[in-house]
Amino acid sequence: MGNIRKRIEPLINPLSNDNPVIVQILGICSALAVTAKLQPAVVMTISVVAVLALSNVIISLIRNTIPTSIRIIVQLVVVAALVVIVDQVLKAWNYEVSKQLSVFIGLIITNCIIMGRLEAFALNNTPFNSFLDGIGNGLGYGIILVIVAFFRELLGSGTLWGFQVIPQALYDLGYQNNGMMILPPMALITVACIIWFHNRKAK
Amino acid sequence: MKINKENNVYTVLYAAVLVVVVGFVLALVYQAMRPAQLENIANDTKKQILAAALIHPSGDETVGALYEEHITDSYCVDSKGEKIAGVDAMEVSMAAEVKKPADERRLPVFVCQTDKGVKYIVPVAGAGLWGPIWGYIAMDSNGRNIYGAYFGHQGETPGLGAEIEKPAFSNQFDGKPIFGANGEFESVLVVKKGQEPTDRAYVNAVSGGTITSQGVQKMLADSLEPYTTFFKNLEKE
Repeated sequence: MGNIRKRIEPLINPLSNDNPVIVQILGICSALAVTAKLQPAVVMTISVVAVLALSNVIISLIRNTIPTSIRIIVQLVVVAALVVIVDQVLKAWNYEVSKQLSVFIGLIITNCIIMGRLEAFALNNTPFNSFLDGIGNGLGYGIILVIVAFFRELLGSGTLWGFQVIPQALYDLGYQNNGMMILPPMALITVACIIWFHNRKAK
Repeated sequence: MKINKENNVYTVLYAAVLVVVVGFVLALVYQAMRPAQLENIANDTKKQILAAALIHPSGDETVGALYEEHITDSYCVDSKGEKIAGVDAMEVSMAAEVKKPADERRLPVFVCQTDKGVKYIVPVAGAGLWGPIWGYIAMDSNGRNIYGAYFGHQGETPGLGAEIEKPAFSNQFDGKPIFGANGEFESVLVVKKGQEPTDRAYVNAVSGGTITSQGVQKMLADSLEPYTTFFKNLEKE
């Protein structure tokens, strides 16, 4: 039992104890940008999980052949290629969502989590562990994205996944959507609140 | 044999092979995805054009079929209202045309058959706060009143400027005249809620999206004015 737990550690750890966003404080930039609504946040999560897991595996597979002096360039080329592929596939299969995410898919290349995991994990670990690490970190990132997007969409637009959830009756009583929630500063404050709760729990 | 990974020749060769392999894979993906993407883009444009005439695909109707059914003709005119031969209206980018002087523009027109008569749909293009905004305006067959409008944007702020793509904003344009009482082109103003210009047609701006709203106002004025003669000719017909 303990053996299995140890084996899937790379998958479990990043979900909470070693979460890339709220513990390692990586990938904050896109956590602000795509979390005004729930749907783009989920698609972004799927894209990041795919890119992170695949690039981790590829880099891990070729880790013993990469010349040290150009290893960052090699990592960048692999990540950039995967991101372009994800972008192309999205444009072909789900044009509506790719329109919403527009530039942010391309910006996965600059997501610090990906380069961080390649450099810190994939270069020194086996492909299977790297794969788990990629999935784990991608999901750890995604959890935060979804939590933030949940509160921002609910309080900022009164909807969830595009459906109205705050009843009209409440608006008639004078309730108003908080336009501030839509703007990037509130994403930062929401992330900060999550970090706060998480730290208190960890103590 | 142990390879020396710090060797310059090895490093250069490694980079070269990597780039060729990645380039090959990307080219392959691009080739494979291109047809589906082009179809998506064309369908998206058609959907926007139909949205201006208040036609929305429902259930299992495909945009392509709906477009074939309703758009009976499309052509380009010049600022004198005369048709330009041999130009495909679908191929003309309004964003590029609005940068030219009015008398050099090619002005696309899509003729749409609706259950409320023939409507003439024209594209508009301009700039919002963060990037380009665009839209399609359907005109009544008298060339005077707006029948319906659709607006799109690339990256306006969600919940604020981005609200211009919602029907709540675009539906306000239905029925607005773009010509004044004495027949001069006046466009439609986009004003803050509460302001009520008495002499001009207006709609309410998106609250919190002031610059985007001003962009819409400027876009309408800039893009529709060259059509003046074309619209006036419609009225005479």
